[in-house]
Amino acid sequence: MGRVFSGAVLAFLSPLAAAQNQVNMSPGVTEIGADIFELHMLIMWICVVIGVAVFAVMFYSIYAHRKSKGHQASQFHESTKVEVAWTVVPFLILIAMAVPATSTLLEVYDNDEAGLDILITGYQWKWKYEYLDETSEPVAFFSNLATSQEEIYNTDEKGDNYLLEVDEPLVIPTNTKVRFLVTANDVIHSWWVPEIAVKRDAIPGFINEAWTRVPEEGIYRGQCTELCGAYHGFMPVEVHAVSRDEFDAWMAAKRGAAAAQTQLAMQTLSVDHLMDQGKAVYDSACLACHGAQGQGGIGNAIAGSAVVMGDLSNHMAVVAKGVSGTAMQAFGGQLNDVEMAAVLTYQRNAFGNNTGDVVQPGDVNGMKNG
Amino acid sequence: MGEHHHGPAQGISRWLFTTNHKDIGTMYLWFSFAMFLLGGFFAMVIRAELFQPGMQLVEPGFFNQMTTLHGLVMVFGAIMPSFVGLANWLIPMMIGAPDMALPRMNNWSFWILPPAFLMLASTLFMEGGAPAFGWTFYAPLSTTYAAPSVTFFIFAIHILGVSSIMGSINIIATVMNMRAPGMTYMKMPLFVWTWLITAFLLVAVMPVLAGAVTMMLMDIHFGTSFFSAAGGGDPVLFQHIFWFFGHPEVYIIILPAFGVVSQIIPAFSRKPLFGYASMVYATASIAFLSFIVWAHHMYTVGMPIAGELFFMYATMLIAVPTGVKVFNWISTMWRGALSFETPMLFCIGFLILFTLGGFTGLMLSIAPADFQYHDTYFVVAHFHYVMVAGAVFSMTAAVYYWLPKWCGRMYNEAMGKTHFWISFIGFNITFFPQHFVGLAGMPRRIPDYALQFADFNMMSSIGAFIYGASQLLFLYNVIATIVAGKPVSDEKVWDGAEGLEWTVPTPAPYHTFEEPPAVPKPAGTI
Repeated sequence: MGRVFSGAVLAFLSPLAAAQNQVNMSPGVTEIGADIFELHMLIMWICVVIGVAVFAVMFYSIYAHRKSKGHQASQFHESTKVEVAWTVVPFLILIAMAVPATSTLLEVYDNDEAGLDILITGYQWKWKYEYLDETSEPVAFFSNLATSQEEIYNTDEKGDNYLLEVDEPLVIPTNTKVRFLVTANDVIHSWWVPEIAVKRDAIPGFINEAWTRVPEEGIYRGQCTELCGAYHGFMPVEVHAVSRDEFDAWMAAKRGAAAAQTQLAMQTLSVDHLMDQGKAVYDSACLACHGAQGQGGIGNAIAGSAVVMGDLSNHMAVVAKGVSGTAMQAFGGQLNDVEMAAVLTYQRNAFGNNTGDVVQPGDVNGMKNG
Repeated sequence: MGEHHHGPAQGISRWLFTTNHKDIGTMYLWFSFAMFLLGGFFAMVIRAELFQPGMQLVEPGFFNQMTTLHGLVMVFGAIMPSFVGLANWLIPMMIGAPDMALPRMNNWSFWILPPAFLMLASTLFMEGGAPAFGWTFYAPLSTTYAAPSVTFFIFAIHILGVSSIMGSINIIATVMNMRAPGMTYMKMPLFVWTWLITAFLLVAVMPVLAGAVTMMLMDIHFGTSFFSAAGGGDPVLFQHIFWFFGHPEVYIIILPAFGVVSQIIPAFSRKPLFGYASMVYATASIAFLSFIVWAHHMYTVGMPIAGELFFMYATMLIAVPTGVKVFNWISTMWRGALSFETPMLFCIGFLILFTLGGFTGLMLSIAPADFQYHDTYFVVAHFHYVMVAGAVFSMTAAVYYWLPKWCGRMYNEAMGKTHFWISFIGFNITFFPQHFVGLAGMPRRIPDYALQFADFNMMSSIGAFIYGASQLLFLYNVIATIVAGKPVSDEKVWDGAEGLEWTVPTPAPYHTFEEPPAVPKPAGTI
């Protein structure tokens, strides 16, 4: 029935609309998504039926009871019987709606017995995913918008997944109950993926729970749905549901990469390496506020900045601890020693800053502990 | 009548020092229309940016300032003061009172509004920009992470609250004490009833809003942690307090609109309002329920299941008294002798579109489904159907309906009808597609969007420009009427109009009912 309705609306709009113009909620791929979709359609159709009946009466009256046709006004103005009827009947209809709504809600709240726990933390303006594991170090990474500034500012053609693509997606195994523990680091965010019917507010200082079990492999996209500041529209969610084997392989690769980073942190890195990695870190963590050329924007300019070109430990303190009362957040918990060393080196040498300073992971570690 | 009384003072002092309910009502109405245009201008900026994907006109941070100010100005500057203006003009005339009970306070409650909005608008030019945290100003985005202008925003909200509370006390005092002999409660016109109940809601919840912004002020400047978990507070506490104000607030906006529609539909149906008593009880039930449903705005914050269920059931219940009202209005039209002048057209527009907004409201009340609707354009579509097609349409109907009584001149009917049709069509082109993009997954309050939402957003923007432009026609029509409309002198401008305000001369003299009138018949009968 739902598809017939959507089809009818689409056909009606077809001169205007291409096939991409979705007009209805998607049932998504999960059982809960399908339940919610059915509930949505049920309530909508009840409303449509009531609406058609009520408006039919009204339009008949508009047509038949016009003064211009010489209709004389009747003077009735009360009837306890009909008043009781149209109080009781809607009440009964509401009870009929409440029953399936309650059972679906109970399912949504059934967070027990998950096979995998993932901590999701909202930051201005990116998501951090941490795979919680009692036996080893958690795998953790940030997921940033991958759409380029050029696309956003219309100098490049926009890609198919414009604003819905990230540099590192969340990867989950199919047919496994995955529990999301959702929180935030700064302001309130909300983590939403329509296709798997999960939306949970991410609240700083509190942890919310949600869960999903995705039966089909695929890429599911969503966005932050709680206003979280200037770039609220630019922190998408991208979930890749993959087979168990693929997930295990991915996880092993992640652990390997994390171990390599730990190794790297103990070495002295080349300037080129630091500058290359520094640019990557800058582009994902700093660029939105400080500009592609370090020219500033929401944040101060990096090019020619007294902080950047001045004392190194102060520079690192600003990056690591943020500046309270401003949009400059604390990156200490977001960047590891290698990344911190790289981005400091990059900032001190890019955009014409040319200080010639090279910061090594060991220096970062030393300043942290000293 | 009034021959021994002097008329209004001359010049600017008439308006500055006036204690006359008609003058104050007029000022409220003009002020709210100015705010309506200002808030509308912000809306045009929003829709222009959303015309196409990609950032074109404004920066994301400024876009958020626009959505924030649009909401604040429309709710607190346009809709609420417009109905207070209507109350000032009409309540004394409807209950046979010479003026409001507290005329000096009445002057004050109007005159503190313009400075408050001037201050709010001036934040646009401050360093860091205007408030950019949405009209719901959730902490900590509005506290720790807000621009310095938030302090001015807080002060402005306090002043608006004081103004509303004084206005409400005045309405309560007037209705309770100044009814003409024989005007019993159950004979009062429904507009007076809905405003009496609204005034109680305002007195109950404006202090709660004042509490919320004061706690913000403390968090920002005095080191408290009401809304910060790091200091033992809770950001969700803010939402509970805000919506304990905010949900009654939406009924504060819509109940007087119900009152207007309940006056106008009978007049153009030439038939008494069906179910007067049940209308009063339905209004009271909606007011009561409005206090126990606030957390339905917060289904996704992670409430315990018992809380979710309670708020879901309570919210669904609102459909019952609201349905009663819609059924009563249609029964009033049934077998009447209908004619379709502009006020009636706007009321029928209200009836259709408000009911659609009610349906989407019922859908939103279903907690599990709300997990998919929450904070999407589906919600934006819903509340514009009830706020614009509900409150604004009925307010427009009210202006066309009572304007001839106020100024003794008739508006241009053809222009009025044109205004209605352009508004009705423009409104639906704007907001109907927003249901679609919302269901398809477009979050609200974003300055840029994924490509699959492009066509409907363009439609929406075109509709918004049409709807916006139609308001200029309205402004022109009103001014042209006041300046050079065809004079009317019938006391009853409309043949079906009932009530004491239609027994005074047209235009209504500066002072009316210096002697209490005889109250003829119960409001429910002719």
